[in-house]
Amino acid sequence: MPPSAATDEFTDGAGDRLVGAALGSALAIETRGLTKVFGAQRAVDGIDLQVPTGSVYGFLGPNGSGKTTTIRMLLGLVSPTDGDHEILGHPMPQELTTALHRVGSLIEGPAFHSHLSGLANLRRLDAADARSDASSSERRVHEALDRVGLKPAANKRFRTYSLGMKQRLAIAAALLAPRDLLVLDEPTNGLDPQGTREVRHLVSTLAAEGITVLISSHLLGEIQQICSHVGVMRAGQLVAQGSIEELRATQTAQLVVHTPDPRLAAEVLTRVGVAAVRYEDEVVTGEPGAEPPERISAALADAGIRLRRFAIDRPSLEDLYVSLTGEGFEVRS
Amino acid sequence: MTTTRSSPLVPRSDTSRGARKVGRFFLSELGLIMGRRRNQAGLLVLAAMPVILGVAVRLTESNPRGDGPPSFVDDIVGNGVFLAFAALTFELTLFFPLAIAMVSGDAIAGEAHSGTLRYLLTVPAGRTRVLIVKYLGIVAGSFIAALTVTVVSALVGILLFGTGPLTTLSGDQISLGTGLWRLLISALYVAVGLCALGALGLFVSTLTEQPIAATVAVMIVTATMWVLDAIPQIAWLHPWLLVHHWTDFAELMRNPPDFSGIGDGLLVAVGYAVVCLLAAWARFDGKDITS
Repeated sequence: MPPSAATDEFTDGAGDRLVGAALGSALAIETRGLTKVFGAQRAVDGIDLQVPTGSVYGFLGPNGSGKTTTIRMLLGLVSPTDGDHEILGHPMPQELTTALHRVGSLIEGPAFHSHLSGLANLRRLDAADARSDASSSERRVHEALDRVGLKPAANKRFRTYSLGMKQRLAIAAALLAPRDLLVLDEPTNGLDPQGTREVRHLVSTLAAEGITVLISSHLLGEIQQICSHVGVMRAGQLVAQGSIEELRATQTAQLVVHTPDPRLAAEVLTRVGVAAVRYEDEVVTGEPGAEPPERISAALADAGIRLRRFAIDRPSLEDLYVSLTGEGFEVRS
Repeated sequence: MTTTRSSPLVPRSDTSRGARKVGRFFLSELGLIMGRRRNQAGLLVLAAMPVILGVAVRLTESNPRGDGPPSFVDDIVGNGVFLAFAALTFELTLFFPLAIAMVSGDAIAGEAHSGTLRYLLTVPAGRTRVLIVKYLGIVAGSFIAALTVTVVSALVGILLFGTGPLTTLSGDQISLGTGLWRLLISALYVAVGLCALGALGLFVSTLTEQPIAATVAVMIVTATMWVLDAIPQIAWLHPWLLVHHWTDFAELMRNPPDFSGIGDGLLVAVGYAVVCLLAAWARFDGKDITS
């Protein structure tokens, strides 16, 4: 077994799982021009998704921006109108079975047979998996239930579960077999703050074990703290993508100075290297760039400029997200 | 990033495949079908029909002879085993098709309706494999339905009317053993006919996300075929109707038994099944699953 630095090393010696590792790119998911047209609507419009192996990728966008359609295409439920994609290095849909075998997924909320218990539902899903090992089935089912804390409710019918328990059962189903990639579509949808925290904690634990996670949400705040990478969808297009640091770097900090001596302050600021300096009334603004704030404030003090307020405003990711996706309730026609 | 374990749970072996793999999925499917309350109730209704029929005949021993094709009702009093032949004949007009329409209509549309289809397919269960297992479930349901009715009605008939050598439609007698043997063949023949209808139901089930719609559609097709089969002016069409040969197992109760009817019936059934299964596969294989 050749060791691979880019992708996970597999311990079970299964031939086809090694192929992915050997050919493996550093991307767990890669799409090129992925497009889906429903009638006249371009639900997903030529997106190039790049989910690095080992990342927790926050897939963001307002409701109806094409996230779920994209996820359905990734998992082979919906055929793309155009473009192609690879999952764990496997071209889809040609190697769908091999690829999906290593992918756990939660798509648009949990769905199970309501008259069966959580335990019976997981047994059924495991039986449906052509590659799952019957002899370890019971153990894996119970381990998955245990993992999401559903063991006490294992024998209760699915219809009696609370929304949080249903969500957790869906995550248990995604963990029935060893996975290299988890695709979680809105796993926190409809959960109370406590449930949201539990899901977040579970996802971080899984990610710490080396599983790549694609997690979608329409709320940045819910997943921001666990994501290493973010992609933002708007009206079917991927309008931003990159690591959290990269996205932060695209945002320019804003220096704001309130002073009764605006003209003088503007001159000083320009001199110390602050860009795009403007002033209006008693407010001076500019882009400090890499200039440390303490040097700027020292320069102002040296020039004898009286200050009422000196601040460097760094826009949050939330601001970026809102600026990218727009606020409010626009519905795409 | 390098880890020696790629996953939180145990590694699994990929060594065992093939028929056994369909086997476990199939057993799960069978459990799902038999575990449904509505299917259990349906089977009870199917089994109750011969009981009602037997009691009705028992209460009205006067037994007037009617004209028309053999319905075996007249023969029940003479030998309880005929209750089974009568029950199969009666249930074929409505109750058997309804039961199969229910199970087959639910096959894909039911999973789509509850959203479980998307999870089956991302397991991944494989689209063709899902269809195969779903159809095997329908086939099992057909045989369970036909054999349950046959066994219950034979037992009830024997209990109510006693048994012994059977008088055939040709007038002479055959032994009870021979009669039961022909009854078993009749039951299996009925089941095969239902399997063909189930293939149609499976196809319709891939077209919709509403299981009720699929069930109703299958019933409409069945009823239409029965109506067409009753119009003498279009007799040329009759041999091509799935239901036309369904009751031909009656010819087995002649002496010697006439197999030509059920031979044609089997050919038509296989024809319908193959066409419908191919259509179901063609439809389901490339279908966008948006439920």
